[in-house]
Amino acid sequence: MARNKEKLVLLLDVGPSMHGVLPEVEKVCSMLVEKKLIFNKDDEVGVVVFGTEETNNELMDEVGGYENIVVLQDIKVVDGDLIDILKKLPRGTVDGDFLDAIVVGMDMLIKKYKGIYKGKKRLCLITNAIHPTKDSLEGSKEDQVGTLAVQMTAQGMKMESIVVRGILSQDANKRIMDENDRLLSIFSKKTRSRTVYVDSPISLLGALKTRRVTPVTVFRGHLELSQQMKIKVWVYKKTQEEKFPTLKKYSEKAPSTSKFATHQVMVDYEYKSVDDSSTVVPPEQRIKGYRYGPQVVPISDAERDAVKFKPEKGVKLLGFTDASNIIRHYYMKDVYLFIAEPGNTRAILAVSAIARAMKEMNKVAILRCVWRQGQQNVVVGVLTPNISQNNKIPDSFYFNVLPFIEDVREYQFPSFNSFPASWLPNEQQQMAADEFVQMLNLAPSGKEEALLPEFTPNPVLERFYHHLELKSKQPDAAVPPLDETLKRITEPDLELDFENKSVLDSLCKHFELKENSKKSARRLLPEKPSGSNGEDGNGNVSDARAVDSIGQEPVVKIEKIGDLTPVQDFEVMMTRRDNPEWVGKAIREMRDKILSLLTNSHGGDNYLVAVECIIALRKGCILEQEPGPYNNLMRYLYRYCQEKEISTFPKLLASMDVTLISKSEAVDSNFTDDEARRFLDKIKPEPKD
Amino acid sequence: MDLDPEDVFKDEEDDPDNEFFQQSESSKEYVVYLVDASPKMFNTTCPGKDQKDEIHFHVSISCIAESLKTQIICRSYDEVAICFFNTREKKNLQDLNGVFVFNVAEREQLDRPTARLIKEFDCIEESFMREIGSQYGIVPGSRENSLYNALWVAQALLRKGSIKTADKRILLFTNEDDPFGSLQGAAKADMTRTTLQRAKDIQDLGISIELLPLIRLDEEFNVSVLYSDLIGLDSEDLAQFIPSAGQKLEDMKDQLRKRMFTKRIIRRITFHIVKGLSIQLNTYALIRPTVPGAITWLDSVTNRPLKIERSLICEDTGSLIQEPPKRFQPYRNENVKFSMDEISEIKRISTGHLRLLGFKPLCCLKDYHNLRPSTFVYPSDQEVVGSSCIFIALHRSMLRLKRFAVAFYGGSSRPQLVALVARDEITTAGGQMEPPGMHMIYLPYSDDIRDAEEIFPDTEDDAPRADKDQIQKAAALIKRIEMKDFSVFQFANPALQRHYAVLQALALEEDDIPETIDETVPDEEGLARPAVVKAIEEFKLSVYGDNYDEENDHLGKEKVGGASRKRKEIAENAAKDYDWADLADNGQLKDLTVAALKTYLNAHDLPVTGKKEALISRILTHMGK
Repeated sequence: MARNKEKLVLLLDVGPSMHGVLPEVEKVCSMLVEKKLIFNKDDEVGVVVFGTEETNNELMDEVGGYENIVVLQDIKVVDGDLIDILKKLPRGTVDGDFLDAIVVGMDMLIKKYKGIYKGKKRLCLITNAIHPTKDSLEGSKEDQVGTLAVQMTAQGMKMESIVVRGILSQDANKRIMDENDRLLSIFSKKTRSRTVYVDSPISLLGALKTRRVTPVTVFRGHLELSQQMKIKVWVYKKTQEEKFPTLKKYSEKAPSTSKFATHQVMVDYEYKSVDDSSTVVPPEQRIKGYRYGPQVVPISDAERDAVKFKPEKGVKLLGFTDASNIIRHYYMKDVYLFIAEPGNTRAILAVSAIARAMKEMNKVAILRCVWRQGQQNVVVGVLTPNISQNNKIPDSFYFNVLPFIEDVREYQFPSFNSFPASWLPNEQQQMAADEFVQMLNLAPSGKEEALLPEFTPNPVLERFYHHLELKSKQPDAAVPPLDETLKRITEPDLELDFENKSVLDSLCKHFELKENSKKSARRLLPEKPSGSNGEDGNGNVSDARAVDSIGQEPVVKIEKIGDLTPVQDFEVMMTRRDNPEWVGKAIREMRDKILSLLTNSHGGDNYLVAVECIIALRKGCILEQEPGPYNNLMRYLYRYCQEKEISTFPKLLASMDVTLISKSEAVDSNFTDDEARRFLDKIKPEPKD
Repeated sequence: MDLDPEDVFKDEEDDPDNEFFQQSESSKEYVVYLVDASPKMFNTTCPGKDQKDEIHFHVSISCIAESLKTQIICRSYDEVAICFFNTREKKNLQDLNGVFVFNVAEREQLDRPTARLIKEFDCIEESFMREIGSQYGIVPGSRENSLYNALWVAQALLRKGSIKTADKRILLFTNEDDPFGSLQGAAKADMTRTTLQRAKDIQDLGISIELLPLIRLDEEFNVSVLYSDLIGLDSEDLAQFIPSAGQKLEDMKDQLRKRMFTKRIIRRITFHIVKGLSIQLNTYALIRPTVPGAITWLDSVTNRPLKIERSLICEDTGSLIQEPPKRFQPYRNENVKFSMDEISEIKRISTGHLRLLGFKPLCCLKDYHNLRPSTFVYPSDQEVVGSSCIFIALHRSMLRLKRFAVAFYGGSSRPQLVALVARDEITTAGGQMEPPGMHMIYLPYSDDIRDAEEIFPDTEDDAPRADKDQIQKAAALIKRIEMKDFSVFQFANPALQRHYAVLQALALEEDDIPETIDETVPDEEGLARPAVVKAIEEFKLSVYGDNYDEENDHLGKEKVGGASRKRKEIAENAAKDYDWADLADNGQLKDLTVAALKTYLNAHDLPVTGKKEALISRILTHMGK
């Protein structure tokens, strides 16, 4: 849809002080375009870099000035070339002026669309804003920014500024930084702009929203405090998992050269009776069955629809309660956002008043929500205040779904105090732990909070889009390693660890871990994370081996007779004593194995194994004094061989002297020694064969 | 030599790794309901619901019936037997007098409850006198002891299964506090002694006996005559016993239909704290949305279960695809292909472990940092000795310093950052409310967080903010509509309860669907209290002013009502463009576009989902063709 198209101009600072973070800028910008190529193919993007040696922009040609700004790419519909451009940003040589760049960007948008296009227009500025901006010819810089802001609003443009600071930028003049921050804040105040400050490469990658999702309301209507008092609200999703893209199945049946082949795969489902797999049941003939004890009760959709629970649409207040009554881990789902109906001043006031009162009193509200008519169930959840820090943005609420009684499983766990004393930490250990928790702080005061979810990109998606781009150029490209910057999300920060080395060492010193010798450690050790460096990994391997050999000592539990070592499996099973049923099971399984060996034999290749199994079975049956199963099997085999006219197998049996079990071997047998032996004669092939 | 062969050959691995884990809960319950059917049970009454008197036998039966109906949904793998004593007829394996084990076809005596059992048990009272009969089993001059016999039968029924895997109980319903009261002297002493011995033997086998006495108004049930010894009550418990037993009876009737889950470890994970220090944790799902249970597809003609076969068909050639197909993503005007191995390689960005990254103050965990239900983690020393010790130390530090841990959980499905929030144990008289341990809360990535609140400030003015007075009025309102002891355990899921009720009605072929109550509706009565109404009115006046109602209604109708009405009108008009009956008769519906078909569906309030064929068939059905 045209109105959903976005026109975006990237304003990228490539001056010398930015060189350190340009790789990240390249990554995040190309990712932005990569996603647009998939999800928003019609969006248009232009690229402006500033801080370059050269100058190349229309404003300079027209009015002069605006030096060191290069329009790398005019605004155009996204394509692959754009990614190539963004992946190789020029490294500039002079300190850029971001205000000039903003003017160039605005000029591009205005000229291109001349007020015809009413859709989304956006500027995206990435700079460290540590260099002075040029004085304006008339009025102060503030006035100049003010004029720009007015113009920006008039043209319906939005701006997103990402300011790279902290460890990422060198020591800069504080006064200039402050002035720049003040100028940028004017934009935030006067326009629909957002300025974020980032001080780590990870947050730089996360700060720019690379995928544009048009927000859709979940619910529009009244938040009913009571019958008399209602507030008009709109409800949006605040968080929603951005999933790994669902890739379509590819069929390689059609020749790859064929131009018209879609290569798509259709998935077809067939429903067949469990008893009779030849009849296919048409989908309409299916009916849903629900378990009721051991039975399954069929309930048709029509029946179910007629009697099922049908709540009325609406969002109703049940009451307020202390925030402490709602424990954080009961939040069930992704989070919703309640905002007052936009433009409705009174609704905004009402939301603001309640949110602020809730905040002051440390209360939360419990709501019952039915978002749509026809929804299957109600949602009960907790509404928490979100007091806006930005003057432009009204106060709002967050809403989290709470569980019903049925959803909470009341498992009991032993209290820590009931543990044996040796399991509880002593005083020194507790101190070491305290220090550890205190020192390994990810949100030290005065510094940006590390790994803030808002600024932490999804490493898997980043890797996927990277790989996609590689593959589009070279179809057999290998999966690229995880980006070094993003690796820091998955592993402890080495720097932080290094700073607190003594604390870490003390923790290790105070706590001793050892493998449980009784339990075989075979599962745990090899899984041990192989550390980031090689040494660690090697250490683990040798460890693992050492323990593995111990781990094998306990007899392996055999519960089935396998194909590889049937005789051994059988013997192990026969000697198991933890349940009397093992003997019966072993004999049964052995019999089945022998029969399957014979029937699946091609040209007698299994006969030797089968005879070995028979000998083992015979021995086992004598030991257990259970001659029946063996003797019955042998007689069956005899008939089987006669019917199928198999002669080699009986020959083999006779040559190995495998007889029936006689009375003298097991009292329960019906055969005397003589009879048992005669069976062998019988089984011998007749001479005429 | 008296060696237990089980002991000699016991596999080393069978050894429970220490005393501690031996207390693990049994997974199943075997229950024998032992109901006194003596004439006294039929003669005495107690006030029931609606002030009507109910006879004791009926109370017991309905209590068991309700309990069974709950159990078949909650814990359908538990097994029950129902056994009457003091009966005229006898039916039990031991052939003992005065004991009758009730059962239905296709079921063992101690077995899972079936719909048939519940159904037949529901109407047992009608046929009871005719088929089973009531008769005192303990009379002077006879050696018969029906209570003893009943216990013996119950014990025999519970022989099945090991005490390690099942929890075995006998629930005894009676209103006779002195069953041997009619006897004298040595006979009485002898019978009392043998019965108590039998009960003790049963308890020694690990079977618990619970007494549910039925009480008359005018007469006390004196537990100390016999039963306190029989069920092993201390003198301390004695005073508490009668009230709590009464409560138990009530509880049995009013149990919530809630599917019980056995405690199960979802995953054993390694928690990597620092280099060289990795402990073992078990994860549990304490909170998960409960759904009506798995659906089994049945053939509606035969009611036999169906299996689903999936086949992949190439759209170009129509041939069947056997091997798992590759995947593709259209990109830059071509199809970029991925093999499944590549995809799983992309997703594997870390070993499948939990890696500690650091700690943050609890206030950094925002309300919107949530995606899915949390997972509970609890340490295990099973494979790494010392895990619990470190875990407890960290747990205590985190509680004291009000920090949560940030860790990376490298599972295969979605590797992501998690917050580990320590929770202390909370116990009440009723047991453990909150287990001690940490809750793993899944954190969103930046791509998962949206900024919908930022999309609307399109004016140059600042957003309106409530002033002091308005906030005060809101505070007064909050005070008025306060739920003091709210807990998340408060509401039953109305849709689920309804589903269970429907299921029960259909399974037992009942005509009426049992009523279910939606506990989640607002307390209208409470909201109508004058003080509350006043607080609401004051707040309303303060934020809305005097004349809001009109504007409100005006706006509402214009905007929402108008738009949808208009849409409907258009649809109806569009639908008139075609002669539908004619088209349907001539089979020309398929020539119309889907959009045109939808105009008909819209105009008749029919669903517009599905493929074109589905739409056409829906239209034909609607026309009655």
